[in-house]
Amino acid sequence: MSNVEDYVARIEETCGEEKHFIVIFKYDSKNEAIAKILNKAKVEKSMSRIAFELTFRKVSFRLYGTGKAIFRNLKDKKALQKILADLLL
Amino acid sequence: MLNPYKIREDFPILKREINDHPLIYFDSAATTQKPKQVIAAIKEFYENCNANVHRAVHTLSQESSELYEDAHEEVAKFINADSMEEIIFLRGTTEAINLVAYAWGLHNLEGGDEVLVTLMEHHSNIVPWEMLSKTNGFQVKYVEVNDDGTLNYESFENAISHKTKIVCLTHVSNVTGFINDVKNVAKIAHEHDALVLVDGAQSVPHFPVDVKDLDVDFFGFSGHKMLAPTGIGALYGKREVLEEMEPFHGGGSMIKEVTFDTMTKRCSSSLNDLPWKFEAGTPNISGGVGLMAAVRYLKDIGMNNVKVHEENLTEHATRRMQECEKVNIYGLKDASLKCGMIPFGVEGLSSHDVALFLDSYGIMVRSGFHCAQPLHEKLKLKSSARASFYIYNTPEEIDRFVEVLREIEQL
Repeated sequence: MSNVEDYVARIEETCGEEKHFIVIFKYDSKNEAIAKILNKAKVEKSMSRIAFELTFRKVSFRLYGTGKAIFRNLKDKKALQKILADLLL
Repeated sequence: MLNPYKIREDFPILKREINDHPLIYFDSAATTQKPKQVIAAIKEFYENCNANVHRAVHTLSQESSELYEDAHEEVAKFINADSMEEIIFLRGTTEAINLVAYAWGLHNLEGGDEVLVTLMEHHSNIVPWEMLSKTNGFQVKYVEVNDDGTLNYESFENAISHKTKIVCLTHVSNVTGFINDVKNVAKIAHEHDALVLVDGAQSVPHFPVDVKDLDVDFFGFSGHKMLAPTGIGALYGKREVLEEMEPFHGGGSMIKEVTFDTMTKRCSSSLNDLPWKFEAGTPNISGGVGLMAAVRYLKDIGMNNVKVHEENLTEHATRRMQECEKVNIYGLKDASLKCGMIPFGVEGLSSHDVALFLDSYGIMVRSGFHCAQPLHEKLKLKSSARASFYIYNTPEEIDRFVEVLREIEQL
């Protein structure tokens, strides 16, 4: 796979004061995406393998075993796309 | 008494597993699941009598028209309106409020007038009025909310005046579940010759509503929050008010005839009777059929039974959630004063993280502002998670939910 779109089904910008991005990985490729991310990002904390607290290039995010991830404090969607490309490709 | 275990058999989706856990659906304030009776009614409509309404003399059109009109009748009886002429079908509560804003407000509000809106409103009862005020020049004034999320009636009485032309408020807050004393608000509003518009999206599905007893002028609600499909809802309006109003949309169905004047070279039209004057174009016929089936389903259960069941669930959930160390319930906690929903947070986690963790265990809750940002700001909340209950939820599901919350606290 060579595109972020091959792994990512949807990106939701959350409402609420905290501006987060929630990334939902495609069902068929979520395990591959999770494996790639865990391989590249630093695992700060594993929460019974339900979720992982991770950092990658000073960006902190939480990855869920269900194939969803929540990225915090990113400037915009473009920054998110860059991070995703670096993590997944 | 309502038997949720028997009711659950009517909801095929509740047999699903999500992330290898039995589905626990606690997001009914956003939209409810649909019973097989509603699904069957829509299927039956498309398989046996689908045709456009009010347009043709053939058998299918007549049958469809009859069903669609019956749906209006059923909804009218459900909320105790005088007749189906007072029931306009539309997409949902948002469209109902926009209809009032543009079909009534556009022609009746001007500079110097005031529209009273509460700070606990869903955005759909704020934005249309703010938008219209920019063109018509009236002022939108806001009624305060107390620190526990309840309406500040003193603020309402201080804000209303002879300048107030309409009071717009929700029957039930979609964040806290608090039930407003709409009857009293309507009484005071009418003493000031102001109309009253009520957002009933979170009340009609959950307890008996009698629009005549409430004495409100407009009352909107959504089908999808009461077992019906999405894209169908209703606006009740007092006949004398609706008759004086201009139409919302122009097109087929809402006119009796359109004639071309050869002298002026212009077309003129005469308006149709109520409620069709407000239902331009081909309506959501199958949605109406689904809404009728949903209303009949709820009537069979009994709306008082729905109310008691939700009150019991809310009381049980409130008590159990308070056993958790890091879980905070926001706003009023008295289940008898609210509908079946609980806004909450878990210390150290954003509401979206709470929702994602719960999702991992097959539990569906809403997170964010719930389209009520001003109320969150008033309550000093960055956002909230919301668990909302309905007829198919059980105490055992709540116990499992609390068990999972405790696991999340330990992570």
